[in-house]
Amino acid sequence: MKVHLSHPERQVEVRGPKRVKDLLRDLNLIMEAHLVIRGDDLVTEDELLKDEDQVEIRPVISGGS
Amino acid sequence: MNCKKCTIKAVIGLPRHNAAFCKACFNEFVLEQVTRAIKGERMFGRDDRILVAVSGGKDSLALWDILLKLGYKADALYVDLGIPGYSTKSREKAQRFADGVARTHEAKLLIHKVEEEEGAGIRELADLIHRPTCSTCGTIKRYQFNRAAVEQHYDVMATGHNLDDEASRLLGNVLHWQEEYLDKQGPSLPASVEGFAKKVKPLYRLSEREVAAYSVLNRIDYIVDECPMAKGSKMLLYKDVLNRLETESPGTKQAFYCGFLEKQARAPRQGSGQAQPAPASMAEKDRATLHPCATCSQPTTAEICSYCKMMARAKAGSTR
Ligand code: SF4
Ligand SMILES: [Zn+2]
Ligand SMILES: [Zn+2]
Repeated sequence: MKVHLSHPERQVEVRGPKRVKDLLRDLNLIMEAHLVIRGDDLVTEDELLKDEDQVEIRPVISGGS
Repeated sequence: MNCKKCTIKAVIGLPRHNAAFCKACFNEFVLEQVTRAIKGERMFGRDDRILVAVSGGKDSLALWDILLKLGYKADALYVDLGIPGYSTKSREKAQRFADGVARTHEAKLLIHKVEEEEGAGIRELADLIHRPTCSTCGTIKRYQFNRAAVEQHYDVMATGHNLDDEASRLLGNVLHWQEEYLDKQGPSLPASVEGFAKKVKPLYRLSEREVAAYSVLNRIDYIVDECPMAKGSKMLLYKDVLNRLETESPGTKQAFYCGFLEKQARAPRQGSGQAQPAPASMAEKDRATLHPCATCSQPTTAEICSYCKMMARAKAGSTR
């Protein structure tokens, strides 16, 4: 599956099927700081992602004041 | 994972509430949490005019959206900082939301351009006065939001600070024992003196991830990129630390911040070991120390307010 990441913006290819929670763990990202979006929809951490899925991992934490 | 309320497929899990929700039930949860914040902290009522500080980011646009959905009268102010590449983009997001959503509620967007009124973008100003960009930015935003709120007769100013913002700020203040700042860390700061708008943070019960999820689920088009100046900020470090703790034990952020609020509400401050009279309320303290700035007449603790001092230094710097 194609996984879109931000900060910095990049695409990585990951072999499915894979659970959201394992995908985040493999990429060393924590759930509390990210949303996982498949196509246009938010998915929960137990969701199984397939090879043909388009996935975005969106960081939700911003700095500044 | 299924929705805890209606048992259809969930779109988000909330470990700290031991829950998971579908879109409809999550939206309901968000509106409930914000209502609880507004009522519990006596932030504002139905007839009050609210000015929302918007940046084009997820928190402030979600806040504006939620307040309008709840039926409050809320306009917004965007401060254009003149940061190349970032300001134009974030301003477009705020404008798009104003045209697409806010207009149907008869709410409007006000815009303040730093380059027009202060004479240069935020980064040039910071260079001129030899101060970090973020602190220059903070002074200008605080000043302009307050001024707009007071001059245009808004009853209260609302910002999109979420639980992560408040918990990480509290952590920073506690780590450095900046006790003087702890006073001002509540979600509702009264208009203590003439010329100071009341300030509230209706999203303080929602985590940053929950606010982002609300924006994504409700198709709010916000700017995902960060302000380039935020890179490497201490706040990001504190948030990261707290989120690691949160992952290990869900509910940590809320327990930390809300526990602080409860303590603050209950206990009179301890003095130097001796019994002290009940501490003056913040409003009383403010009344005792604040008076109008000699230049612009907004309230300040000094002769001239920090904004006017900054602008004077910038002017001197640019003519040199
Ligand atoms: S990161 Fe700094 S410069 Fe950018 S908006 Fe926040 S306070 Fe202002
Ligand atoms: Zn449901
Ligand atoms: Zn002044």
